[in-house]
This record gives sequence, structure tokens and C-alpha cells, in this order.
Amino acid sequence: MVMNEFIFKAVLLIVIFTISLVVAMYSTYGERKIAAFMQDRLGPNRAGIFGLLQPVADGVKMFMKEEIIPLASNKAIFILGPSIAMLTACMTSAVIPWGGNLVIAGKSYSLQVADLNIGILYVFAMISVGVYGIMLGGWASNNKYSLLSAIRAASQMISYELAMGLAIIALIMANGSLSLSDIVNHQKAGLWNVLVQPLGFLIFLITAFAETNRAPFDLPECETELIGGYHTEYSSMKLGFYLFAEYINMFVSSAVISTLYFGGYHMPFIGSLGLSPNVVTLLGTAFLFIKILFFIFVFMWVRWTLPRFRYDQLMNLGWKMLVPLAILNIIITGAAILLF
Amino acid sequence: MTFLESIYLPAVLKGMSITLKHFFMKKTSIQYPEQQREMSPVARGLHVLKLDDEGRERCTACGLCALSCPPEAITMVAAERKPGEEGLYREEKYAAKFEINMLRCIFCGDCEEACPKEAIFLTDRLVPTEYERDSFIYGKDKLVEKMDNRIDVTKRQTEKVLEFKKNKKYQHNR
Repeated sequence: MVMNEFIFKAVLLIVIFTISLVVAMYSTYGERKIAAFMQDRLGPNRAGIFGLLQPVADGVKMFMKEEIIPLASNKAIFILGPSIAMLTACMTSAVIPWGGNLVIAGKSYSLQVADLNIGILYVFAMISVGVYGIMLGGWASNNKYSLLSAIRAASQMISYELAMGLAIIALIMANGSLSLSDIVNHQKAGLWNVLVQPLGFLIFLITAFAETNRAPFDLPECETELIGGYHTEYSSMKLGFYLFAEYINMFVSSAVISTLYFGGYHMPFIGSLGLSPNVVTLLGTAFLFIKILFFIFVFMWVRWTLPRFRYDQLMNLGWKMLVPLAILNIIITGAAILLF
Repeated sequence: MTFLESIYLPAVLKGMSITLKHFFMKKTSIQYPEQQREMSPVARGLHVLKLDDEGRERCTACGLCALSCPPEAITMVAAERKPGEEGLYREEKYAAKFEINMLRCIFCGDCEEACPKEAIFLTDRLVPTEYERDSFIYGKDKLVEKMDNRIDVTKRQTEKVLEFKKNKKYQHNR
């Protein structure tokens, strides 16, 4: 029986890993299509039907490019940078509950690779380590623009992680657990957290944009000022890893937002349909993916709408608006818990 | 900034509604090789050296087009018509060599305007791409029209132009 559990987890691991890579791959295609549509263009449509083979063409192009490691760079750290970015991006999805329980041969298996009782903290740890990829890569390039970008990434991370953490504290107070599966179960029993914590959700969403280095907070890569920032000196698949890690991060962030605030795999009114438990589980997973894809769309939608913040505006927003708001949110949540 | 402006959100939502509206709007892209936009009837593209109705070259190598050419794209060498060549050239003098460098040319149409013999016209054809710089220097082989494949330039002879050409200064040209 332990063996069965092990095999199931291994299969689940591979499936989730594959899905996150495929989703990230097609996010690049989606990004270009959405950007094009919002600018009244058609976007890539030459490679394959509707341009669906475009990500493959991009990947082949990346692999074929010449691999350059600058002479003045710190080689070990230069290679470590994109590796960390990619590794941490892939690791975060381990604690996300992708669905309920599947019953196979009389035994119930959870669609979650690791149900850590500190799930949220694990997600935070991984996202924070991911910024090291940018910092190390930027520093090791021995290029002033890359270094500036690394500094920006570090300070942006500090100022936004704080507000994000405070928003999450209010969420934890309302749900009473750090485990992601407990939070989903709590939402299944009651209301979705977005209705309980609207302010917290807003803060979390804004900080999620900052954490994934997406517009309007893409200060670290900022083509116009920093020539691409931390990945200026990178070429070939190392650059590909950085860009790809961003899309995986976006996928994972969308999954975390859906799980924390939008009920995860919970579908309202699914219990009253009288379906078998396995069907309910699979439908729930599909519904989770619909939520995730919607948030990926929101990420892109915002990117192609808003201009980039200036750096002082970014810091002002982080420290003077989001942090006090998050603290206010905690106070309100605490008061509500005390009173009701 | 007012309070509503300083919290950014109303402006953000307004912007997002605009981009979402454009998301569903008709796209302006033209899928080029399959779908081509109609050119203006007086579009200025690849030049043609006209022949008259008897198949004789109209150009007399006067050099006015080369002189009027702002980027100096036109070069020519004049030669005298030998006896027996009357079927080839309209007047006693003709261009033995006539070259336009299409990389220099800015397609302004000044050569056409300068020409007293109605010999050179710009057409709505495009200059095709080439691999070599030298291939863009077009000689008489590419510029002179063929009798079996004449290029229509009536669209470029607008009423205003025709009126202008009625001037008796140009009567010798008819």
C-alpha cells in the first residue's frame, strides 16, 4: 500500500511538472496573442494552425543561439542564476492542492503532492529564493545595468513581500490554518476568501504582480532604462530559462491566488448535482485550471494596459500605501473575529 | 492628485476596459503575401522608360532627369544614332547606358516631372528584393518597356499634367 501511494505521488509529480511546463510554454504564445489582440493586431499565426507551433519554434531558436559567458563574469554564479530561477519556479507547485481526493481501487489519494502544514510559508520561501536567481545573475554578469536591475529586484522584493505577508496574515487569521488544503476546505464550507477578504485580495494581487516582476512592476527588466536588466548578458537557453521561469512563476502565482482567494478546486453547487466523487474531483481540478487561466489572462491584460511605474512611485506604493493598508486589514479582521 | 487619482484603481480599471474593448475589435492587420492592399493609382514605384507607338525609345539622353534627381540615383551615357537605327531611337541622340540605383532612389518623381520627352515614368510596381547591392542598379534591360508588354502610365497623366503638356513649348513632343 505504501508502494501504491509512492507510485501515485510520482505520477502526480510528473503530471504537474509537465502541465506547468506546457502551460508556461503556451503562456508565451498567449502573451503574444493577447498583446496583439489588444493592439488590434493578429499576433503569431504562421507556425502551425493559428500559430500554435510558435512556442516550439521559439524554443528551437533559443537552443540554436550561441551560448556566451562574458569573460569578466563570475562563471559559476553566472550559471547558477538562471538555474535557481528555474528550479524555484518549478518547486512551488508542490504544495498546491490541484484537486480533492481520487478513489482508485478502494483507496483514496489526494491530488496534492505534499500537504505541508506550513504550505503558505513554503510558497513564500520558494518565491523569495527565486529572486536570488535574478540577484545572482545580475551581479555575476559584471555589467552595470544588470547590477542596477539586481538591486532593484532585491529592494522591490523586500518592499512587496512585506505587504504580501501582511495580507496573508489576515487570511490566515480568517481561516485558522497555514495549510493550503485546510484553507480550501474552509472555503468549501463557507464563503470564498475573496468575499471575506476583498482588501486582502487586492493587496495580494498587486504584490503578486510585483513578485513575478510583471508590468506595471517590471522594474528589474525594464528594457527602456536597463536594456533588459539582469538578463542583458545572457544568451541562448540561459536567457530562455529566465524568461520561462517568469511564465512558470505567473502560472504558480495564478494557482496560489485561485487557491487562497477563489476556493481552489471548489465549484459552487457541485454537491447538489449528485455526481460520483471521482467525477467531482476531476471537475474541480478542471475548474481550478479555468480559474488559473483566467488569472494568467489578468496578468497579461494588466501588462498590456498599464505603463511601468517609476521607481520612487513603486517604493511609495509599497511602503506608504500597501503596508499600512495591509495592517489596517489585519486590524479589521481581528476585530471581526473578536466581535462575531 | 485627488484621492481617487492617488489610489490609481479607477484609472487602472478604465484602462483595462479600453484594452478589453480593443481585444474584441476588428483587427487591422493585412496578411501580406496572401492579401495585398490596393495601391493608389498614382503610387510612385519602379520606373519605366517608355517607347513610342512605333517601338522607338523616347529618351534622348538630355540628362535633365539626372540633374533633377535629389539623391543622384540616375547616370547615363549619351550616344549618337547611327544610320539604320531609326527604328530603334526616336531622335538623333539616345542613351547608350541608362542606370538607376534603386537603393539611392527616393521615388520622388522629379525625374518624371523633369523629362521633356515623356520618356520616364514611375509606375505602381514595387522594386523586388535582391541579395546583392549591385543587383539594385537597374540598367536599360530592366527599365525599358517591351513592345509586347507595354506598361500603362495613363493613370499618371492626370488632367492637370495633360493641360500642362499642351503648352506650345512641348508641341514638338507629340
